[in-house]
Amino acid sequence: MPLLAARDLCLERGGRQLFTGLSFAVLPGQLIQIGGANGAGKTSLMRILAGLSRYGFEGQVERNASLLYLGHHSAVKAMLTPRENLAWHVSGEGVYSDAVIEEALHKVGLYGYEDVPSHALSAGQHRRVNLARLYCSSSPLWLLDEPFTAIDVAGVGELEALFARHARLGGAVVLTSHQRLGVDHPVVPLDLDTGIAP
Amino acid sequence: MSAPGTAAFCLRLLRRQLVLAVRRPIDIGNPLLFFAMVVALFPLGLGPAPDTLAEFAPGILWIVALLSNLLTSDGVFRSDFDDGSLEQLLLSPQPLYLSVLSYICAHWLVTGLLLALVSPVFALMLNLPVAGIAALFGSLLLGSAVLSLVGGIGAALTVGLKRGGMLISLLILPLYMPVLIFGSAAVKAAVTGAPAGPYLAILGAMLSLAVALAPFAISAGLRISVDA
Repeated sequence: MPLLAARDLCLERGGRQLFTGLSFAVLPGQLIQIGGANGAGKTSLMRILAGLSRYGFEGQVERNASLLYLGHHSAVKAMLTPRENLAWHVSGEGVYSDAVIEEALHKVGLYGYEDVPSHALSAGQHRRVNLARLYCSSSPLWLLDEPFTAIDVAGVGELEALFARHARLGGAVVLTSHQRLGVDHPVVPLDLDTGIAP
Repeated sequence: MSAPGTAAFCLRLLRRQLVLAVRRPIDIGNPLLFFAMVVALFPLGLGPAPDTLAEFAPGILWIVALLSNLLTSDGVFRSDFDDGSLEQLLLSPQPLYLSVLSYICAHWLVTGLLLALVSPVFALMLNLPVAGIAALFGSLLLGSAVLSLVGGIGAALTVGLKRGGMLISLLILPLYMPVLIFGSAAVKAAVTGAPAGPYLAILGAMLSLAVALAPFAISAGLRISVDA
């Protein structure tokens, strides 16, 4: 069974047809990269898939698994420390134990920053606090909108390895990015006009 | 990792909101300062005659409490909208009704409850007879919770707008009026020696209604605001 299935998605914004009749399924083990120019509707599609956009488009989205969506905003509270941000996260996905949070923060390179107020961190570090959720999460389906924004080269490499591992373990990753992924896992391109090539 | 119970999740949300509030003490202090300033202005405007002040005190205290609540209700969801936390909350598997209630509860604890606690001091400043103080405290306690819930509806609907301040007032002031009427009536009744109980009971009924219904409206408002 697909983790997520989209049927006949049509979206019009500002008098422009962004996509029509877009149908595809996200299967376990797939790493899907949505391509397209700026303004092509990638983020809009992501929000529809996640369920944040519920009106203004046609078609159906069927979600069969819990999902983790990371959007443009990092959802990191400046007044909380990275540890608190994860422990009290509003996503309500789970209670992460201290050990899990600590490990996740170390993996995203925030060792030593666990208890620093987040307003003292850089934009890239904010993104990293948010990305630490990927290491805590048990959701099989990840919807990641531009996950590499503000992340340095080494960090991008680690994320790519993480995505490949997640896919190999039976999860699925749908992401938007303009850069070519360097992963040792097949990347399925999703075109907003033609969908996933068979 | 373990799947959290809904109650545990709501308690964590509440704690998060309270910690956030405590780390920005100016947000807690502002409505209290506003309350103090406006109450201090009335003797200057009305004249310092104790009898005049005592007569108007119930109305003044309640109107100022209402306005200071209006001042803060705009910000309940603002920062969470700006930093994307609200998106995550809406995607959460937890019931939004209860999550929203946690937000409102945290808001009430740092605004309405504090205001009710310090209100006796301001009541004395306006020469409110001592007989009315218990009714003032009780009516503010119940009434401010209704105000927080109703204000949350306005906040949810306008959170996506850059300048929602005036709109939120227009949206929710009509709904604030019954609370103002029965709140100040409770204090007036107590001052004249009549029982304040019936008025407090009506405020309690309003609170029950607001707790039951407002979170649905707030949830819907948040979904619309995040969708737009």
